[in-house]
Amino acid sequence: MFNADTWLPPEASLDQCIKCNICVSYCPVAEATDFFPGPKYAGPQAQRFRMAGQPAPDLSVDYCSGCRVCNEVCPNDVNIMEMNARARAALVAEKGIPLRNRLLGRNELMGKVGSHAPRLANFALHNPVSRVAADAIFGIAKEAPLPRWSTTGTFVDWWEKHYPHRLISDKKVVYFHGCATMYYEPFIGKAAVAVLEHMGYEVIVPPQNCCGLPMLSNGEFKAAGKLYDNNLRKLGPLAAEGYDIVGTSTSCTLTLKEEAPHLLDRHDETTQALTHAVWDIFEWIREHEDELPRDFIQMEMVIPYHPPCQYRAHRVGRPSMDVLALIPGVEVHESHARCCGIAGTYGYKKEKYDIAMKVGQELFSFILEEEEHHHTEFNACDSETCRWQIEHGTGQESRHPIEILAAAYGLYDLETRTTL
Amino acid sequence: MRMLETEVLVIGGGVTGVGVAWDAALRGFDVILVERRDLAHGTSGRFHGLLHSGGRYVVKDPVSARECIHENRILRRTHAHCIEDTGGFFVVTPEDEDSDYPDRFVQACAETGVPCEEMAVAQALRREPRLNPRISRVFRVPDASVDGFQLTHATAQAARQAGARIFTYHQVTDLLVAGGEGDVRVVGARVFDAVRAEEMEIRAAMVINAAGAWAGRIAGMVGSRVDIVPGKGVMIATAHRLVNTVINRCKWPSDGDILVPAHTVSIIGTTDVPVADPEDLRIEEWEIRKMLAEGEKLIPGFAHTRILRAWAGVRPLYRESAVTDDRDISRKFTLLDHQERDGVAGFITITGGKLTTFRMMAEKTVDRAAAHLGSRKPCITAETPVPGAEHGPYWLGHRLREVEDGRLQNQLICECELVTRGMLENAARLNPTVTLDDLRRDVRLGMGPCQGGFCTYRAVGVIHELKLGHGVTPDTEGSDWRVADLQSPAGNPGRGRPPVSAPEPASSLADHLYDPNLLLRDFLQERWKGVVPIVWGQQLKQEQLDRLIYLSIMNADHLPDAGLKSPLSDFYGVDVTPNDVLEEPHD
Repeated sequence: MFNADTWLPPEASLDQCIKCNICVSYCPVAEATDFFPGPKYAGPQAQRFRMAGQPAPDLSVDYCSGCRVCNEVCPNDVNIMEMNARARAALVAEKGIPLRNRLLGRNELMGKVGSHAPRLANFALHNPVSRVAADAIFGIAKEAPLPRWSTTGTFVDWWEKHYPHRLISDKKVVYFHGCATMYYEPFIGKAAVAVLEHMGYEVIVPPQNCCGLPMLSNGEFKAAGKLYDNNLRKLGPLAAEGYDIVGTSTSCTLTLKEEAPHLLDRHDETTQALTHAVWDIFEWIREHEDELPRDFIQMEMVIPYHPPCQYRAHRVGRPSMDVLALIPGVEVHESHARCCGIAGTYGYKKEKYDIAMKVGQELFSFILEEEEHHHTEFNACDSETCRWQIEHGTGQESRHPIEILAAAYGLYDLETRTTL
Repeated sequence: MRMLETEVLVIGGGVTGVGVAWDAALRGFDVILVERRDLAHGTSGRFHGLLHSGGRYVVKDPVSARECIHENRILRRTHAHCIEDTGGFFVVTPEDEDSDYPDRFVQACAETGVPCEEMAVAQALRREPRLNPRISRVFRVPDASVDGFQLTHATAQAARQAGARIFTYHQVTDLLVAGGEGDVRVVGARVFDAVRAEEMEIRAAMVINAAGAWAGRIAGMVGSRVDIVPGKGVMIATAHRLVNTVINRCKWPSDGDILVPAHTVSIIGTTDVPVADPEDLRIEEWEIRKMLAEGEKLIPGFAHTRILRAWAGVRPLYRESAVTDDRDISRKFTLLDHQERDGVAGFITITGGKLTTFRMMAEKTVDRAAAHLGSRKPCITAETPVPGAEHGPYWLGHRLREVEDGRLQNQLICECELVTRGMLENAARLNPTVTLDDLRRDVRLGMGPCQGGFCTYRAVGVIHELKLGHGVTPDTEGSDWRVADLQSPAGNPGRGRPPVSAPEPASSLADHLYDPNLLLRDFLQERWKGVVPIVWGQQLKQEQLDRLIYLSIMNADHLPDAGLKSPLSDFYGVDVTPNDVLEEPHD
C-alpha cells in the first residue's frame, strides 16, 4: 500500500544497485547494439550524474526499449526501466520531441482518423510508396509491421449493436479494450466479451481512452498524464464501486495498474483504487477459475506461446498458460525468449528497426523451430504489437490467448477471427 | 646525498602549502615544496567539501565569516572549475525553533557582509524535495561545493607553472639549523624520499611550515612549541546526491549539521574530537550514529539511506592557551613568525584556518616571508586564475556528457564515477603513483557505490600494462598538460588523437611499487577501511559481492609477494589496538 511518508521516487532505487551486471548480461538491446551501453550504465549509474535544472547529460538512454527485462532479472529491485523512462522524459522536456515520436505516441488519434475510412487509410498507409515516404520523412521504418484498420467497424461499433443482446447478470465486470482492439482488432474484444459472458458475467464497456503508454515510452509525460486523468475520471468511479476492470491488452493493463502512477508520481486515493481494480484478463480469469465453464472442445494443438515483457512485468506468473492448459488437447510451449524486440513503438523507429529485429531473433527462431517440429499453425501472445512483430519476423500468424479460449468454447473461429 | 637549494622551502602539500608555493613562485621566489605523501592526502582531502559563505561563522566568529565571504568570491574566479555553485540553505528544523539564533543569524550576516536572503519554505522544498518538510524558516547564502583534491592539484600546477618544484612522498626528517644560543636560524631541511628510499638535503633561506595538523611536530624539531590540537571530524557519504544545495542547520555550530552535495554524493559532517595524534583517524560507532541521527533531522529517511563510506580528517586547530571545547578555538588562521616568537629565524608556521581561506593564509604568509627576504612584489593570486579555471564552473553531468559525446562507454575503468582508461593512464603518468589511492584523488577512481569492487582489478591491469609500455593513450609530454583534464573523459582521448602532455612523466618509480599485487592489496585495504564503519544494509550487500570477487574468485588475500610494502601499507592497515575512549565525549 502506498505510504506518503516512506515513498521515494523510482530513481532512489539506484541505491539498491550492487553493480552485479546481471541486467547487462540479460539486456537484449545492449546485446544487439552498441548504441545502448546497457541498463546498469543508463539506469543507476547515469542517474547519479543527472540533476533537475541541468542539461540532460546523456542521449544513449533513448536507446532503451523499455522492455523491462532488466527489472525482471535484477536481484535487488532496482527500477531501472522507470529510471530510463523518466530520464527520456527529461530529455524530451529539454530538447523537444521528434514529430515521428509524437505520431507514434498518438496511436489513438491515428486509430480514430483512419477508422473513418479504413480501406482508404489502409491503402494510404500500406502501399510501398507511402511506406518509403514515411521512412524518409518521418523516420518510421518502412519494413516495420504497422497494423491495418478494421474494415468491419470499430469494437465500439460492434458493442453498440451487441449491447441490446448482451448478457444481463448480477455478476458484472468492466472491459478495457484499449486502442488496438478498438480500431484494428475488434475481434479480440468480441472474443473477450464472448468468454466473459460464457462465464456468466455482464460486461460493462465504459467510455475510455488510450492508457497513455505510447506517450510514456516516448517521453511525453505531460500528455500521457492527461490521458491517465481522463481514464481516471471515466474508470475511477467504477473502481470505487468495487468493479473489476479487465483488459486484453497487457500493456494497457500494466500502464493503468502500475506504470503510469509510478512514472507520473500519482498516488492519490482514486488512483490507488484504480490500480487495485485493474487486471489483465487472464490474471482475472485464473483468479475466477472456479467460475470457468469446462465445456471445452477437444483442440489437439501445440501452441508456441510468448509471454510479452509487459505481461511478465505484471509479476503474476503465466496466467494465460495456466488457463490454456485446462483445454483438453492443447499443449502450450513457452518461448523463454527475452523480448520480441518491438517494445511498443521502439521497433517502428527507423534507426531502431534493425535492433528490434535482432532482439526478436531468439523468439523468431523458437517459433520457427516449433513450427517445424510440431507443425503449429498459430502462436500466441497477449500483446498486440508483439503479435504483429512475431508475424512480421516469422510469417506465422499470431493469436491472443483469449481467442484460443473463445475457440475452445466453440464461440470463435481461430482461422477467420470471427465470433460464431 | 642529494642536495638542493632554494629560496623558500614549503613543508606540507595540503592546500595551504601549495597556496604558499603558488603565491611565492608568482612573486618570483625560487620555491620547493615537500609533502610526505600525496598532495591533499591529509586534511585538505578529508573534509566535507564545503566552500563556506561565512554563514556558519557569522554569529560565533565574525572575523572568520568576513574572511570566508571575501575568499569565497575570489576562489569562484580563480578556481572556477573546482567549485560547483550549489548555493546554501540555513534551515530552522523543529529542533531549532525555540531559539533566537535565526534572528541573530540574520543580523550577523548583515554585519559581516555575508549575503543572506530569507526564502519561502515551499520554494526551498520545491528546489530540494528531500528536505524535511517541517522546517519553519530557510535562509539562502552563497555557500558552494568545492573539490579539495582538485583545488590542491590545480593550485599545485599553477605553482609549478610559476616555477615551483613540488616533491611528493618526501618526508621532512629534521630541520637544518645554523647558529647557536640566541641566534638560531633554520637553513633548510633533511628530507627522506620514500619512493627512492634515499635522504636528501634542501637548503633554503626561508622555511615555511604548512604541515597543518602535523605543524607542531615540525616546529618541535627546532624546539619551538606550537600547540596544535588535532580536532578529528568524521564524515559520511551517501551513495547518491540527496540534495543539490548545501544544507546547514540554522543554529550554533555543532556536530552533523552540514550536508554538502559533492560530485555524485552527499556528505554529512562532522564531529569534533580532540585527538593526541593527527594520524588517529579511527571512527567510533557513536560518531556514525550521530551523523545519521542529525542527517535524519535535515532529510527524513537519511538514517536508512545507503551510506558508502565514512572517513575522518583532523582540523589543525591552533591553541595559544587552554580552551576546553575545540569548537571554541577560533577558526581564524594563525601566522607564527618564529623569529619574533621564539628567536628562531628563517622559519614561519602557518596553521589553523579553513580550506576556504587558504589563499588569504598563503598571501599573509608570503607577505611575511617576503619582508624577511627583502622583496616587495605584491601578491597577485587573487587576480590569477589557475589552469583549468577557463573550463568554467563544475557541473554534475559533465563526465557523463563527455563519455556520451566521445562514445567512451567501452573505455570505462571505474563505471560508478565514469573514469576512462585515458584518464587513469594520464593521471599515472602525470603524478608519481605510489598507490592507486593517489589516482583516486586525481580522477575519483573507486569512489562510487561499489567502492572499488569492479575497478580495482581493472585499474591494476591498466597500470601494469602502462609499466610494460602498453598504454593505449598517447603519452603525456611537454608543458601544456592541464590537471583539470584529469577530471575529464574528453580531455584524455584514446589512440589516434593529438597527444596531451605532462611536465614530469613519472618513470623513475622504484620498481616494486608498481607490483600489481601490491597495488591491488593496498587499494582494497584502503577502500575497505572506509567501508567497515558503515557496513550494513545495502552497502553490506555490495561488500558481500566485492568480497566474493576479491577473496573467493581472485584469492586476493593469498597473493604472492605478500611481504611487499608501499610507503602507505602500514597507514592502511586496520588498527587493532583496543581503544579506551569508546564513550562519546559530548553528551
